[in-house]
Amino acid sequence: MPDQSHQGSAQTPFIAMREITKTFPGVVANDQINFDVYRSEIHALLGENGAGKSTLVKILYGYYRADAGRILLDGKPVSIRSPQDARRANIGMVFQEFTLIPALSVAENIALFLPELPAVLNRREIHRQIQALSERYELHVDPQVMVAGLSVGERQKVEILKLLLSNARILILDEPTRVLAPHEVVALFRVLDHLRQDGYAIILITHKVKEVLQCADRITVLRAGRVAGSLPRAEADEGKLVTLMFGRELVGPKAGRQKARDEAVPPLLELRGVETRAEGAETSLKGIDLRVYPGEIVGVAGVSGNGQRELGDIVLGMIRCARGKKLLFGEDLTHASIGTVRRRGVAFVPEDPLTMAAVPFMTVLENMALTRTWHYARSGGFRVDWQAIRSDVQDAMGRFGFSFPLYAPARALSGGNLQRMTIVRELAHGPRLIIASYPTRGLDVQSAIAARQALIQARDDGAGVLLISEDLEELFALSDRLIVLYGGRIVGTFRPEETDAYTVGHLMTGAEVQHV
Amino acid sequence: MSRTNAIIPSLTQGKPRLAAFGQRFLNGVIRYTLMILLALLLFGAILLISGRNPLHSYRDMLTSTLGSAYGFSEVLVAMTPMLITALAVALPSRLILINVGVEGQLYMGACFATWGALTFRDWPAWCLLPLMVLLGMAGGALWAFMPGYLRARGIVNETITTLLLNSVAPKVVSFFIFGFWHSPMDTDKTASFVPAARLPTFFGTRVDLSLAIALVLLALFWWVMKSTRWGLEMRAIGGNPQAARRNGLPVSTYLVVVMCIGGAIAGLAGMAQVSGYYGLLLNNFSRGTGYMGFLISWLSFGDPLGILLTSFVVAVIFTGGNLLQLTQGLPFAVINILLAFTLFVVLARPTQAVIALKGAYGSEPKP
Repeated sequence: MPDQSHQGSAQTPFIAMREITKTFPGVVANDQINFDVYRSEIHALLGENGAGKSTLVKILYGYYRADAGRILLDGKPVSIRSPQDARRANIGMVFQEFTLIPALSVAENIALFLPELPAVLNRREIHRQIQALSERYELHVDPQVMVAGLSVGERQKVEILKLLLSNARILILDEPTRVLAPHEVVALFRVLDHLRQDGYAIILITHKVKEVLQCADRITVLRAGRVAGSLPRAEADEGKLVTLMFGRELVGPKAGRQKARDEAVPPLLELRGVETRAEGAETSLKGIDLRVYPGEIVGVAGVSGNGQRELGDIVLGMIRCARGKKLLFGEDLTHASIGTVRRRGVAFVPEDPLTMAAVPFMTVLENMALTRTWHYARSGGFRVDWQAIRSDVQDAMGRFGFSFPLYAPARALSGGNLQRMTIVRELAHGPRLIIASYPTRGLDVQSAIAARQALIQARDDGAGVLLISEDLEELFALSDRLIVLYGGRIVGTFRPEETDAYTVGHLMTGAEVQHV
Repeated sequence: MSRTNAIIPSLTQGKPRLAAFGQRFLNGVIRYTLMILLALLLFGAILLISGRNPLHSYRDMLTSTLGSAYGFSEVLVAMTPMLITALAVALPSRLILINVGVEGQLYMGACFATWGALTFRDWPAWCLLPLMVLLGMAGGALWAFMPGYLRARGIVNETITTLLLNSVAPKVVSFFIFGFWHSPMDTDKTASFVPAARLPTFFGTRVDLSLAIALVLLALFWWVMKSTRWGLEMRAIGGNPQAARRNGLPVSTYLVVVMCIGGAIAGLAGMAQVSGYYGLLLNNFSRGTGYMGFLISWLSFGDPLGILLTSFVVAVIFTGGNLLQLTQGLPFAVINILLAFTLFVVLARPTQAVIALKGAYGSEPKP
């Protein structure tokens, strides 16, 4: 792929990455990538999961060392061997997982990151600097507040302030919009625009085409570790970018709304006034009333950490009800074990398959057996029928159109394959109620479509689905009914066609409750 | 056979299984031999410093243990309780339960079994011995139930409770010995058991039936973990307790039950000690057998074959050391030095780190 980034610019790029190659055992993550960022530019790095975006910026930030290639800063070669080197070169990065210390105040967190931290802190000076910057860029946060008390959006502001105060001139933002509600995204883009006008160079990593079109000046698309194309905003449109990302046009899942529901049918799941007591970092659920009927997908929207995980866990039985009742399939299972709940026909696709679903060192096939050991045990448990497991799995893989290795240990699987494994395991046996938390996270677009299709198929077969997701598009596309969680409460219930992303987004972030 | 092995092809990837196993076995033997040689070298320095000839000492040690049928039988005698107690640690360790309480469980097993031996002394051996086995296992299981239950309810970590209970159990035994069971002549031990309450021995040596029981249990352990539903579930719980719970496995039940089984095995070791080795219950009879089992189990990563090999080596050192005390006039504490060297070398082996690293960057990379 020829380097197209010099087109129409005589000025030297602020940062130029030349023929960067990085391989991990068995995979080429970056294959001779050329990537330029200019001053006063928002450069979006677009691509699917696993396209090599993160690897590339982590090389720039000194986290990984490239196998081959050069990095030029203002036309002069630099060697970036560690994040310290990167920061000395005025490169700063906001990671997906924030790196703030919750028990310290905003100002303390920022001070910790300063390049030359004096032995005795001049708090007043730091406060003054924070205030000056936050006013200039509309990054309003109180420097004296503990980070623990901040929302995700505010934490992101602190992360950006931190970089600005440490004199970063090149800002790398890794999927910054992933945790934000729609109106927060708009605010973030305003901030970025402002920074651009002041000469900052911004690298924005994302896989959302629409966002790129909203804010980027230049877009580089990566596909399978190579540059699939690099074009200025003016030449880009949605179709072009998607084609570059996937090498072809994609067909979305056919959702097909649910047929009119028979009101007389009893619900599969009924939560009556359920409350939980939070432990540690959990959110306690408060007064949850929820019903899921057969043949229905109920979408749960919310910024993560507002009780979604707990909602899934309470249905599964992972945590106890402090108050209220849980009825599954008409039976009071408030205090039943997870084993019982699962045997009654509840499937659970957790948000993080490696820690919540799979046993890392066991093979995939062994993992596939774990939810139904009672089903596959022979001779009273003295033997396990691996043949039956394998044929069940292969059958289900065919049905869902997924494939993954069966005899590799689970920990050797990529995130996408693990997610596929979990979906196949959970949906293979015709569950009656499916709790799916972020079921398409980590999947490439095709597999995501297949996963959504599988959920829709299950719904059409009469199962109930509780779909927890932070992808509003997905929720709007799939849900028959949508609820919004905020602070452990249900703050809104909608039919998707009666509302829009902004209303839901406002509710997600605790703005005043609007009735529709 | 073919069904249970459906999972094997992945492990060997087309290589003949036997050859792969042989290769691994050979590697293991070479590695262990080198480690033991290193330990002997270090200990040799100690012997030199104290003015003994290391070569003579080692020759004496070897001929006294492996050089004669009697010596070898004594090694087996020393090895037997190590095997059983190591197993009592290895099984719970598969669920990441750290059973430091084998010593206490062993005492309770011995205590319960002794009660059976003294109370039903008229019974014939074929029903008294099984009864004593059951009693011993019940005693150990009871002692392990408390930590297991508290752990499963999330109240106290089992490492602490099992360790603390270790100092309680010998007191309980003392209470019964001094209070009720001591023989007319002694205050600190019971009268010798009736022959029906003694485990049968083989070929006129002190090797008794508990060795056979230990070997059967080890084989059973290996097979259960590998082939059965319970083994699968236990490996899952040990591999990722959270995922296992979410997958609907009864994790709490497993924690309690497996802890109890571990305790029962330790209790069996106690029963074997009083019924086989001593033939009576002696106050403070076990001097750290349980801890030795703990060490052996962790040195061999809870692997049955590893337990067998490690126990054998430790047993050789122990019995050989006993003799060294006589022939070379060395204090018995010196044997602890040799043992410590051995443990040190085994623990400091670098190969394990290499294996762990290889595992971390597994065969299939994450993009």
